[in-house]
Amino acid sequence: MKLRTLTLGLLSASALAFAAHAESITIATVNNGDMVRMQKLTDDFTKANPDIQLNWVTLEENVLRERVTTDIATKGGQYDVMTIGTYEVPIWAKQNWLLPLDKLGDDYDVKDIIPAIAGGLSVDGKLYAAPFYGESSFVMYRKDLMEKAGLKMPDAPTWDFIKQAADKMTDRANGVNGVCLRGKAGWGENMAFLTAMSNSFGARWFDENWKPQFDQPEWKNTLQFYVDLMKADGPEGASSNGFNENLALFQQGKCGMWIDATVAASFVSDPKASKVADKVGYALAPDNGLGKRGNWLWAWSLAIPAGTQKADAAEKFVSWATSKHYLELVASKEGWANVPPGTRSSLYANPEYQKAAPFAKMTLDSINAADPTHPTVKPVPYVGVQFVAIPEFQGLGTTVGQLFSAALAGQSSVDDALKQAQDAATAAMTEGGYIK
Amino acid sequence: MARAVTTQHKTIATAAAWIVALLIFFPILYTIITSFKSEQEAIQGFALIPSGTMESYAEVQAQSGYFKFFLNSVILSVGSTLLAILIAVPAAWSMAFSPTKRTKDILMWMLSTKMMPAVAVLFPIYLIFRDTGLLDSRIGLTVMLMLINLPIVVWMLYTYFREIPGEILEAARMDGASLWNEIIYVLTPMAVPGIASTMLLNIILAWNEAFWTIRLTTTNAAPLTAFISSFSSPQGLFWAKLSAASTLAIAPILIMGWFSQKQLVRGLTFGAVK
Repeated sequence: MKLRTLTLGLLSASALAFAAHAESITIATVNNGDMVRMQKLTDDFTKANPDIQLNWVTLEENVLRERVTTDIATKGGQYDVMTIGTYEVPIWAKQNWLLPLDKLGDDYDVKDIIPAIAGGLSVDGKLYAAPFYGESSFVMYRKDLMEKAGLKMPDAPTWDFIKQAADKMTDRANGVNGVCLRGKAGWGENMAFLTAMSNSFGARWFDENWKPQFDQPEWKNTLQFYVDLMKADGPEGASSNGFNENLALFQQGKCGMWIDATVAASFVSDPKASKVADKVGYALAPDNGLGKRGNWLWAWSLAIPAGTQKADAAEKFVSWATSKHYLELVASKEGWANVPPGTRSSLYANPEYQKAAPFAKMTLDSINAADPTHPTVKPVPYVGVQFVAIPEFQGLGTTVGQLFSAALAGQSSVDDALKQAQDAATAAMTEGGYIK
Repeated sequence: MARAVTTQHKTIATAAAWIVALLIFFPILYTIITSFKSEQEAIQGFALIPSGTMESYAEVQAQSGYFKFFLNSVILSVGSTLLAILIAVPAAWSMAFSPTKRTKDILMWMLSTKMMPAVAVLFPIYLIFRDTGLLDSRIGLTVMLMLINLPIVVWMLYTYFREIPGEILEAARMDGASLWNEIIYVLTPMAVPGIASTMLLNIILAWNEAFWTIRLTTTNAAPLTAFISSFSSPQGLFWAKLSAASTLAIAPILIMGWFSQKQLVRGLTFGAVK
């Protein structure tokens, strides 16, 4: 009996020792379709790397941001790979919170990453996060309604054209709104759209000395145009609409135009989810002829926190998930239309992808039209197209977003909203030591 | 006449109770309804009749294993409750039967810790957990949940114990019972309904706790609150999936609450009408 117990004990111990040999890495991510797909395809990675086990933590976007910030600031070491955006990368890299990705492998082909995206994820020429999927923003419009309105959407429309088209397409009796835009308050919600839009109106958040610029005419023009446009041609209750709400409206045929993330193209053109899948056209985000368009640049990216004990395994995973091989893997399992977009130039040269994704060229052109290092008409001291890459922006951006959302809802005037935004920004910049 | 008034009062009171109960239950009901809608239906607007599709449940099950999270929820809520009872019974005993000048102050102070927003101590707690290796461990989270609910447990037990005549304990002492024997063999059996309802309430509170359970876990100790949180998507419709995940997460505690409602109500109203 004793012998049997001893044998069993030894066997269990060796089993445990073998299991312990496999290194497990924890990956924090959000529940976007492309990330969910990645989780389903990880067998391909673990087959090639049987000594690495993957643990997934999927969180709501804001909780994810808070959790990874806490973990990284305290060097908690809970995550080995984290999903972050172009806003965090320059800030965190400068704090030495992220490891530079310099061992992605010989066949990784870093140069294939779209330059605008790579630029947003690099500091001093070093890549600190690898893009999993990238996006800009553009105009998605209903070709049938545009034709009915007797207009033709140019490839690069102006804001005046958008206004004219929205006025003509609006048919509230039949539930059609000329244009759907973000109104829900948040630095990543309405302020992503409005900041990018303001760039094309010649506005900027701060001048070269970090003085807030909401008291300047360019911001007044931006916000007034936006509020007037939405009042005349936007959906009811637009101040609570974010990406998902507008997506649902567009898919149900209730929007003539929608200016939002390029990644939405695959949703609105999916016949299973969209009633208007075969009627959607795409155009660059509008401009005012000042040299900057109202489109943004964002990449959900995989980065490795400096506190990890498993940097090598983590980098192997990052390399796999953002490789050309991964794109081919997705294409082979789920078709080219479902490949994560906006990261690699070679994808856009691929005829099969061009065929499966009619929005491919416009997506690439939009991404290339964004310049995070020179986002505005006038010079600025910050990096970022639809955000300002400073730690204070999350809080300040949301405060200003709430003020602008209130202006859209008619709870305050455009002038009041701008004045309060100026005061809030001045207070935040003074407190942060940017202005004395 | 008096009888008519009483009946009328009774009817009004019953109707009012039903209205309040429905108001309170409605968000849960609507969550359950939404879980049987498609994503497009869910975001379209208010509708009480769903199409009855089960696709959200299928997707939720395919995306993440419910059982692992469920097991953690059970371990954390039951574990933290047992630990809290173990500590709170002696504490409440001493406060109820051997009070000092400062007992009321201590009770108030204990309760005052519940008035502080949890996020105020996030960093110190996170650092303690990091340095003691308790991040993402069931033991660490059990202790944490015990600590945050301990004031309520002590308060509830204190209230029940106060209802028990001190003379009975005195008699036990006269018969030579030691302190522990007195607590275990005399006090506890008399306070069983109170202890049981305290435990039930504490299990519910621990089951629903979403601040610490999301922030101190990653994979090993993550309970159902983390499971729900994982279905919110910044780019893609998710209301139906989130509702399905929520329904799956609240179902066990709802069922437990339903079966133990008599016990729960009796315990919660214990001594209230004196």
